[in-house]
Amino acid sequence: MRTLFFLLRKEFLQILRNKLMIRMIFALPVVQLIILPNAANYEMKNINMSIVDHDHSEYSRQLINKFTSSGYFQLTNVSETYKDALVVVEEDKADLIVEIPQGFERDLIRDNKSKTMIVANAINGQASGLSVSYANAIIQDFNSEVRVEWIQTPRLNPQPIIEITTSNWFNPKMNYKYFMVPGVLVLLVTLVGFLLTAINIVKEKEDGTIEQLNVSPIKKYQFILGKLIPFWIIGNIVLSIGFGISYIVYGIFPAGNPFLIYLFAAVYLIALLGFGLLVSTFAETQQQAMFISYFIMTVFILLGGLFAPIENMPGWARILAYLNPVSYFIEVMRMIVLKGSGFTDILRYLCIISLFAIGFNTLAILNYKKTV
Amino acid sequence: MKQLLTFVKKEFHHILRDKRSMLVLLGLPIVQLLIFGFAITTETRNCNIAILDNSKDEATQNIITRIESSTYFDIERTLSSNDQIEKTFKTGRIKLAIVFQSNFQNDLLHTNKAQIQIITDASDPNQATTLTNYVSAIVREYQQELNQNKDLPYTINTEIRMLYNPQLKGEYSSVPGVMGMILLLISAMMTSISIVKEKEIGTMEVLLVSPMKPSIVIASKVIPYFIVSLINVITILLISNFVFGIPIQGSFLLLGFITVIYIICALSLGILISTVTSSQQAAMIISLMGLMLPVVMLSGYAFPIANMPLILQIISNVIPAKWYIIMVKDVMIKGIGLFEIWQELLIIIGMTTFFLGLSIKRFKVRLQ
Repeated sequence: MRTLFFLLRKEFLQILRNKLMIRMIFALPVVQLIILPNAANYEMKNINMSIVDHDHSEYSRQLINKFTSSGYFQLTNVSETYKDALVVVEEDKADLIVEIPQGFERDLIRDNKSKTMIVANAINGQASGLSVSYANAIIQDFNSEVRVEWIQTPRLNPQPIIEITTSNWFNPKMNYKYFMVPGVLVLLVTLVGFLLTAINIVKEKEDGTIEQLNVSPIKKYQFILGKLIPFWIIGNIVLSIGFGISYIVYGIFPAGNPFLIYLFAAVYLIALLGFGLLVSTFAETQQQAMFISYFIMTVFILLGGLFAPIENMPGWARILAYLNPVSYFIEVMRMIVLKGSGFTDILRYLCIISLFAIGFNTLAILNYKKTV
Repeated sequence: MKQLLTFVKKEFHHILRDKRSMLVLLGLPIVQLLIFGFAITTETRNCNIAILDNSKDEATQNIITRIESSTYFDIERTLSSNDQIEKTFKTGRIKLAIVFQSNFQNDLLHTNKAQIQIITDASDPNQATTLTNYVSAIVREYQQELNQNKDLPYTINTEIRMLYNPQLKGEYSSVPGVMGMILLLISAMMTSISIVKEKEIGTMEVLLVSPMKPSIVIASKVIPYFIVSLINVITILLISNFVFGIPIQGSFLLLGFITVIYIICALSLGILISTVTSSQQAAMIISLMGLMLPVVMLSGYAFPIANMPLILQIISNVIPAKWYIIMVKDVMIKGIGLFEIWQELLIIIGMTTFFLGLSIKRFKVRLQ
């Protein structure tokens, strides 16, 4: 116990000595948590559009009006020809062209049928799909208004209609930040914890100080605990600061029991740091440890469920996501913070993450022996 | 010149000796591109849902079968009462619940109106909206089949054309994004760490008192990583062409030119980072922790910049990857020329000059 205490004192002194590091460990997550969640917004507003109106009729004007007053579209350009509009798209000044052909109004009234054309810059498939469907909805809306104008609608509905009502639970205002903040917080805690531990043992190897530790009577588990506990504490501090910011800046307070998050975080950090230490025992130089961490972190983060839901992924990627501790923490964090899930709801995840914790740390201890 | 060459050779040996790092540096772009191309899809499939059917008649059965047979949904469980809904949501197993009111078919046939309620887990608003749309589309399709008489009068038909990417493939936006991110992170990280390493071990002092100019010392450290980055670009382009089928529409030379400029920009950012820290640990924290998330989230490839609040749109301007991604999209996918991208190119060149200028200034200060 005393040995461990001395080891911990040494580790803390080493960490605290490096002022720049300490500042960054706490400042970087704070700044990023304040800034980054605001960036994530799939809600499309102000889609820049260009109009090519060959008809110049009352109806074409009405249709254009409908577009500009919808709140989704911003008329950035009116072109005489389709070709001109295309140049505007090439220059990125518009993402959508709506072309209204000559005779639009006349054809609609006389021939019962008319046409419009929507052209979208589809490099970003998802965004363009959305903006086209908004545009289409506006045109269809306009269409039914025209119909009402010309057809006497019967009072009773002659056709069976299935009414769909939607309720959005746990985030009724559909605020994207409620979704992003807990996820980004998990990533930040993960980055800090993992990067610091991954490099730690290697540094001692490179500096040669590990030789001294190896010849001393320190036991392996004491050594690993001495490395783990300081970063475990730092991880929890970063997490707590993060909760403070979530509350102050975003007004997010966990719907569930906050202690439950700490319980899960406690086990999660042990797992994550164990994995970091494992990388550390495996690498030969700090540089190597960094590159390996970079690789692992990228995969963890991308497959963590923050940028795309895991259910959407193909089988092999879902298997990787199941092997990714980050994805469990993100899931549990959202469950407790947004849905107010309780202990029994997260028990399954807690068991899985405990297995990770035991597995990684056992491997780290075993592998440390080999490198001595 | 000869000195430089000898030095570059020495650095190369250092890098090549470390097989594990090499594997990461050259393998990462491949892995990342494959993850982005295949795993991070915007398509929804296999989403777990629950159904509460209070009516249990032919019509509801019909709709349920349609939902089940779509690729979007897997019915995780069938509920028998309202209070099970919230419980099931809280276990995190379902993202959506569909509730059919009782007497569904009866109402539909007799009053011509029946109700379906969709309840979503809106903790992910984006997914909630998408899933609602899918269910609505399936229900609407069913309804349309009930109403066989179509062909309404006064119809505006819309013709839709998707430019540059008619199949709406996700890779068209992810390939430029991955290029921007990988080149920046790897180049900045590698350079900063390898320069700082010399400082930490103390060999930098030796090098600087030697008759060689500091610029040659730095250049010899940077050139090998420049070459590694070039190899990465070629790998990425080969994969994007042969695996994802994205052709290079514009000039290959121009694409190469802007890429070289961008890599130099990223390397000079790495040099700048190395002048402000003295330990590899700190260099890593800055280059990984400080760059990774901002580059992913603010460069415009994970989330559209136009949707961001104004202040973030302004901040995104200082991320070099943003400008590079715009240029890659323009040249590679739209196939337009230098004349249309000169502004972006100038910004990148300006940033490079700024990073280098600042580095030189800080470097001198350190030597005094």
